[in-house]
Amino acid sequence: MSFKHKHLLSIAPLSAEEIMLMLETSDSFKEVSGREIKKVPALRGKTVVNLFFEPSTRTRTSFELAAKRLSADVINFSPSSSSVVKGETLLDTARNIEAMQADIIVLRHPAAGAADTLARGVKSSVINAGDGWHEHPTQALLDLYTLRDKKRDFKGLRVAIVGDVAHSRVARSNIHALTKVGAEVRVVGPRTMMPCGIERLGVRLYDKLDEGLRGVDVIMMLRLQLERQGRALFPTIREYSCLYGLTAERLKLAEPGALVMHPGPINRGVEIAPDVADSLSSVILDQVTNGVAVRMGILYLLSGAA
Amino acid sequence: MNQSPNQTILITGGTVVDPGRVNGPADVLIDGGKITAVGPKLKAPAGAKVVDATGRAVLPGFIDLHVHFREPGFEYKETIQSGAAAAVAGGFTSVCCMPNTSPVNDNQSITEFILDKARAAGTANVFPIGAITKGSEGKELAEIGDLRRAGCVAISDDGLPVMNSLVMRRAMEYAIAFDVPVVDHCEDLHLSEGGCMNEGLVSTQLGLPGVPAAAEDVMVARNLALAELTGARLHLAHLSTAGSVRMVRDAKARGIKVTAEACPHHFMLTEEACCGYNTHAKMNPPLRTWADVQAIKEGLRDGTIDVIATDHAPHAMQEKQQEFAAAPNGIV
Repeated sequence: MSFKHKHLLSIAPLSAEEIMLMLETSDSFKEVSGREIKKVPALRGKTVVNLFFEPSTRTRTSFELAAKRLSADVINFSPSSSSVVKGETLLDTARNIEAMQADIIVLRHPAAGAADTLARGVKSSVINAGDGWHEHPTQALLDLYTLRDKKRDFKGLRVAIVGDVAHSRVARSNIHALTKVGAEVRVVGPRTMMPCGIERLGVRLYDKLDEGLRGVDVIMMLRLQLERQGRALFPTIREYSCLYGLTAERLKLAEPGALVMHPGPINRGVEIAPDVADSLSSVILDQVTNGVAVRMGILYLLSGAA
Repeated sequence: MNQSPNQTILITGGTVVDPGRVNGPADVLIDGGKITAVGPKLKAPAGAKVVDATGRAVLPGFIDLHVHFREPGFEYKETIQSGAAAAVAGGFTSVCCMPNTSPVNDNQSITEFILDKARAAGTANVFPIGAITKGSEGKELAEIGDLRRAGCVAISDDGLPVMNSLVMRRAMEYAIAFDVPVVDHCEDLHLSEGGCMNEGLVSTQLGLPGVPAAAEDVMVARNLALAELTGARLHLAHLSTAGSVRMVRDAKARGIKVTAEACPHHFMLTEEACCGYNTHAKMNPPLRTWADVQAIKEGLRDGTIDVIATDHAPHAMQEKQQEFAAAPNGIV
């Protein structure tokens, strides 16, 4: 099959087959990153613009490396420091970039729906690199890629997503992606961090971490946004860490060989104990490595070169 | 519009709807700016202009209890002249305009300014609603007596609800002397903080912060309790939740002096309209669920809700073409 979408805005509208196609396409690019000369000419002559309205090191660097390894020309544009201050709208900024003949725009924006708005207003392909609390589709795809590498089959795989699901685009994209490919998804955390109607997305809700971890094959820890303390989501970092932090002791409740994932950047000693983050169960750095391959695959599929 | 007020006009062949009086085919005779006869097969007096309304409905001029004209302060969105013209084009001959202009209509000079502009426009009748508190800041009462004398027909801090219950109590008590209804937009600003659509499955899917139905319900409950305490006339603007309808029904049954309004969008559209980050469906109170829509319709049917108003709230196109969370609330 071929990939029929012009943009990658969210996981929600994709089929399981389309998700698998993106993972399979990424396989061939993973090999490129292991070579001495880490470059293929697939996107030579194409222009990729990283348009990041929010600070990001990991995702922006990952997209930049992915585009460069495909021989595309890459521009990084962080409007927070330039035009936005002057009052330019998102669409006007994007149209200016488009006027410079950008083929693909990679957008990170604090507002949910920003990528949808952009895609409606420009002719370039748009990749959503995170919009507000909505979605972060490439993160979910690289998470699935990592799981497929380690666990082979998604069917019946039990995955616990732990933490502030309400404010997490990573959680939303992963819930959509994992349920589509047949995994059983649990969300674990206090109700203050669970969005209204989350069960209707096909997940089970757990208030207590120990119960949520029992028997799972994969644990995805979400980053605790420390600035949310004082917003009545949780009383103190100390209590959150005691109740919902992943420790070596708690990890034993999961299936033997369970994987620990985290989208980064991690708060050591808050949502994840340092020894767990560095343990053999942790695939946190594999996620980062795979991120480049998956983004190469997505850039390739959207460039029309496929 | 351009008829001389003294011209005699006969509207023939239409279906006349004048609730409680006429509902069917009839002719309407207008003489000297007044309706002088309604009935079948009226004869056209000499020199009368005859308007053929065959296949059309002939209705009395509508009254819109809830509009936002943007003058003074936001003339780029709408002026009193353009707002009144829009009203008349839609069949509304009278409108009540909310005070959230800049400056806020919290004193007689602003009220007089609005009335002057409306007179100059010469189309719809414009009835200003004055602010409850100075600057609609929810702290000190505006000069409600002066506002009333200048021509305000009600008081409201619409859009910026009075959060302090003591201030609201005093406003209700004070308003009794001037026989003005106190109109409240019921929203607990703490519960709704940051929210930009109904809190529910759709907001969860879109990743947008939600406003729970409870944000309206708790303020409806508070306002009803204060209306009962003070005996003031309370009018609740744009009910959007099943809970509100239930509480108003109960309050009316117990004799509390309360009236309520609903807007067409709240009984015709649901939160689903926000899908795809459609900013034209962003409004406050937000579009709710199907169950709420049904409850509003039932409230209209059984008289719990007295009035349909529009909450006409225009914005400039570029303001609605922003990211959903950044776009202003309002429907035209």
